[in-house]
Amino acid sequence: MPEPSSAKPRPFLALLQRDLLLSIRRSGETLLPLFFLFAVVILIPLGVGPGPNVLSLIAPGMVWVAALLSSLLALDQLFRSDLQDGTLEQWFVGHSSGWAQLLARLLSHWLVSAIPVITFSPFAAIMLHLPVDALPILVLTLIIGTPALSLIGSLAAALTLTTRGAGGLLPILVFPMVVPLLIFATGAVALAAEGHASSAHLGLLLAFTILNLTLMPLAIRAALKLNLE
Amino acid sequence: MIWKTLKLWFHKLGSPPLFSQFARRVSPWLWAGFTICLVVGVYKALYVVPPDYQQSDTSRIMYIHVPSAWQAMLTYVVMAVLAAIALIWRIRITEIMAMACAPIGAAFTLICLATGSIWGRPMWGTWWEWDARLTSMLILLFIYIGIMALYAAFEDRRKAARIASVLVLAGAVNIPIIHYSVEWWTTLHQGQTIRLIGESSLHSSMLPPLIWMTIAIKFLFGAALLDRARNELLEQDQSKQWVQRELQARGMARA
Repeated sequence: MPEPSSAKPRPFLALLQRDLLLSIRRSGETLLPLFFLFAVVILIPLGVGPGPNVLSLIAPGMVWVAALLSSLLALDQLFRSDLQDGTLEQWFVGHSSGWAQLLARLLSHWLVSAIPVITFSPFAAIMLHLPVDALPILVLTLIIGTPALSLIGSLAAALTLTTRGAGGLLPILVFPMVVPLLIFATGAVALAAEGHASSAHLGLLLAFTILNLTLMPLAIRAALKLNLE
Repeated sequence: MIWKTLKLWFHKLGSPPLFSQFARRVSPWLWAGFTICLVVGVYKALYVVPPDYQQSDTSRIMYIHVPSAWQAMLTYVVMAVLAAIALIWRIRITEIMAMACAPIGAAFTLICLATGSIWGRPMWGTWWEWDARLTSMLILLFIYIGIMALYAAFEDRRKAARIASVLVLAGAVNIPIIHYSVEWWTTLHQGQTIRLIGESSLHSSMLPPLIWMTIAIKFLFGAALLDRARNELLEQDQSKQWVQRELQARGMARA
């Protein structure tokens, strides 16, 4: 008879490892948002014309809007498969507060959905003629801003977990809340493209992300538990 | 003593039959108050106040536009307080009332946007301007729509109300941030922002109709909220005994 393991269970690391492993094995699904990002970036010049003046003007906004839209793609499945096989209920059973599992899931979701987009965003921006000087700021806004984006999306996914027509609601719930994110991030990149300092925008963007990091997990947990009732 | 009576009354209102009775009795008075204030306000706004020296008669749309805008925002505050009570103490009536606020708030937001757009055509020369207030109102409208859509998406009405209440509270935290970020955005992109009314630019003769109309809209909100909440309650409880009894008392019982 095997001895029960005396090591303390580490749900945070275990779940993080599992989620990352799963998304690497299903790399086609994982990279879908990235293809979507480039689909938007290819369609825009076809729509507004190839003139570099117009394109470089709208590039910061377009890359960010494309990143916002692509982040919606993976959201629907964020908690759903765990709901269907009953894992989600186990998060909150007994002594488990569910925090370790929830935070691991949120972190893995950000890593999987945001890192490819952040990595390839400079290429998208160059295709839209964004001045090269502004590229580091663009990447910086994405690094600072995507955690908030991912958290807002996770709240929408948690709220709509057991709805009848799942999925369709997500964009309506997400878009009003990401307005400050879009304004601060694209403002920073636009200023950098004109050669100005953009630290004020970056500071506000960081403040918005920190606010979301502190409050959003509480709301997401509440939404999940209410959905499980 | 008064405090105790008030507390007892508050707890009693948590009971569906008593709330229904209260709403049925109070709502006609609110409708009456609305009608009186509306008649006085519209009369003053259309006949007593002289035309504005710059905007002539166009400025009169303000008497609907401004009270609706105030009410659109106040409704969210009321809804957020009710949603917090609903989530903390799980009082069913407050769940229903919070959800009844959403369509009312959306309606006032829509009135505010429509009148603003109609006013903007002769004044700004366009139907739509990406002005900070108009843009924040438009986003507020979509927040209301999101809450209504989420509430409608669940089978279980109580669960739906509680989950939508979480969204209401998340929105309550976000709305001030959205508002100020949009204000910042417009000042950066288009220079001076056009203001609908400055604090000192409102002539004193324009104030009385504005106050009458504001009170009228408050009455309208109260009446609409009580009626909506009561209707929702009756619909949810239609197979319960107290609804049957109430229907019987009014000769409308189903066979």
